[in-house]
Amino acid sequence: MAALTEIAQSSAPVPRHRGRRHRRFPVWRWLILSLAGLYFLTPLYAALKFAGVKAFGQVAHQSGFSSALGLSVRLAVITTVLTLVLMVPTTVYVHLRLPRLRRVLEVVTILPIVIPPIVLIIGVLQVAPASLKATPDLLALEYVILAMPFAYRSIDTGLRALDLRTLFEASSSLGANWLTTLWRVVVPNLRTALLSAIVLTVALVLGEYTMASLDLYQTFPVWIVLFSQDSGPVSTAASLLALFVTWVLLMAIVTVASQSSRRRGGAEVTLFTVGRQETGDSR
Amino acid sequence: MTPDTTTGDKTAGAVAGGATRGGVLKGGGIKGRGSGRPGGADRDSAGLSLTLRGLYRTFGTTRALDGLSLDIQPGEFVALLGPSGCGKTTALRIVAGFETADSGSVLVDGSDISAMPAAKRDMGMVFQSYSLFPNMPAIDNVAFGLRLRKLRGPDRHRRALELLDMVGLTDQARQYPHQLSGGQQQRVALARALAIEPQVLLLDEPLSALDAKVRLQLREQIKGLQQRLGITTLFVTHDQEEALSMADRVGVMRSGKFEQVDVPDQLYANPRTAFVAEFVGTMNRLPGTLTSARDVAVLDSVLTVRAGAADGLAGDVDVLVRPEGLRIKAQPGGNGIVTDRAFLGSVSRIGVRLCGAVAVKVDHPSAHAGDFTPGASVQVSLPAEDAVLVAARP
Repeated sequence: MAALTEIAQSSAPVPRHRGRRHRRFPVWRWLILSLAGLYFLTPLYAALKFAGVKAFGQVAHQSGFSSALGLSVRLAVITTVLTLVLMVPTTVYVHLRLPRLRRVLEVVTILPIVIPPIVLIIGVLQVAPASLKATPDLLALEYVILAMPFAYRSIDTGLRALDLRTLFEASSSLGANWLTTLWRVVVPNLRTALLSAIVLTVALVLGEYTMASLDLYQTFPVWIVLFSQDSGPVSTAASLLALFVTWVLLMAIVTVASQSSRRRGGAEVTLFTVGRQETGDSR
Repeated sequence: MTPDTTTGDKTAGAVAGGATRGGVLKGGGIKGRGSGRPGGADRDSAGLSLTLRGLYRTFGTTRALDGLSLDIQPGEFVALLGPSGCGKTTALRIVAGFETADSGSVLVDGSDISAMPAAKRDMGMVFQSYSLFPNMPAIDNVAFGLRLRKLRGPDRHRRALELLDMVGLTDQARQYPHQLSGGQQQRVALARALAIEPQVLLLDEPLSALDAKVRLQLREQIKGLQQRLGITTLFVTHDQEEALSMADRVGVMRSGKFEQVDVPDQLYANPRTAFVAEFVGTMNRLPGTLTSARDVAVLDSVLTVRAGAADGLAGDVDVLVRPEGLRIKAQPGGNGIVTDRAFLGSVSRIGVRLCGAVAVKVDHPSAHAGDFTPGASVQVSLPAEDAVLVAARP
């Protein structure tokens, strides 16, 4: 999650055949890679060993599992939709009409990372109306704020790769209004950036614990923590399953997005990376 | 990138083929046309008049347009030519509706469209940068404007194909912009702009990103289509060759206003100002002195210039003359020394340093330019009829 969207500014093709000098992978790189691998995989291995194979079969049958997972998925859907509906038009408008506000927007969107979630949730609970506090959908509104830094950066990067002004003017000269251009021209060209935003938002919502716990709603991460008091191995198996399923979903999205992007001349989609759209040469 | 496999011949054939059909845009019957448009009534391919009336536009402290006025006749092809920052693109963008003038108005067929949003102006525009929608293949790009005009699917598809055929790109209909070369992309953009049967076609330096050969092909194609369709066209360029070769009239701009608007040959032969003279084509500037109302001493001789050429001038002047306006002959002890020679095809351009360290360029038939090698002594002379006088540079 720490890795944010970056832009591959250069559209220069990467040579397929690298020289022998480039193919060599120095020992120190192997060393660093091995250390990093150990650092990340050791806890997973320990968790796997602790849970045991049998625990994986029991996860889905535990009480509260389905409702917790269902709530998390529902929140992920609501958060993603709200985030995109809010952030796409806003970011496009700022790029197009208020480019000077981009710096301000960047600072504003980084605030949810700087401000601890506990501060945010206390503030929200102070001002939220009672009717909203009574529904778990309040969490979705809070997650929109949490997702803002990631969604904004994905969309912003996608927009930087487009000649937005020219696309809008070309569309406008053909008779399209702002919304038509946004829907038919801009959004389809932001497909990769939007997928990055969706991936990041979904991953964030499925893994968020602090806010849900303080709001007293049993989302999937909260259920895992609570259930660990009943059965440590099953709870750990649920964590590993969640991690694995999320990873598989992300890879599936990235693979499909890459294929779709390549068909339209866009860059390959790696997690949180958007490439500049290719354009024709001067011939 | 796909190479531009469409040759100039194929392009020319496509244009000729379209011409034999009598123009695909006529009788297309786009729904809703004619109502709510400036001028009201439907039109055929004769085009509509375009008038710019006293346009002013200021960006911060920079005045981009300074009372610009221009009348363009129906079906006329007018180029706005000038250096960077002269205001030509601002003028075009105001016509398109992308910019708003501080004051002044834009009229199409006599109706003021200054307050009309760009989306309602029916102005086809081709941009300098590649402006095709990257998510759509060529045919969908062309059909985009037709779709917005609620043209039915089969009709839309047929007309988009006709327009692609017109620009010689039928085979590329299903290709995405990134699969097309720059020249092909601009031709699709041209087809897309023409698809909506625009009232006025606006071209914002559409050739500047292309290489020389493709630029020449596309230049001919645009001009051919414009003539065939008779569409009123406003073309912005900083390339004088493009402007002079394509446009019926050229408006040379400087500091937000016209220096001269004229047909190309008049602009070249009779520039009204020193700026136009030096901006359009290559111009030599020779120091001279007016000795009487029509006599000017220049190049060791006294010329009698044509009546009116020296009006408002006195004393030191500069004499402007084209390279082809100067005469040169090999002569030991002449008034100049050849410094260089460039072969330009039928003529060679010979650089000569005259007495007084004045450098000039002289065009001479290549077949007879063999004597003018660097270091050769030559005599350069100036026929009176080719001289244009302006005030001497301070």
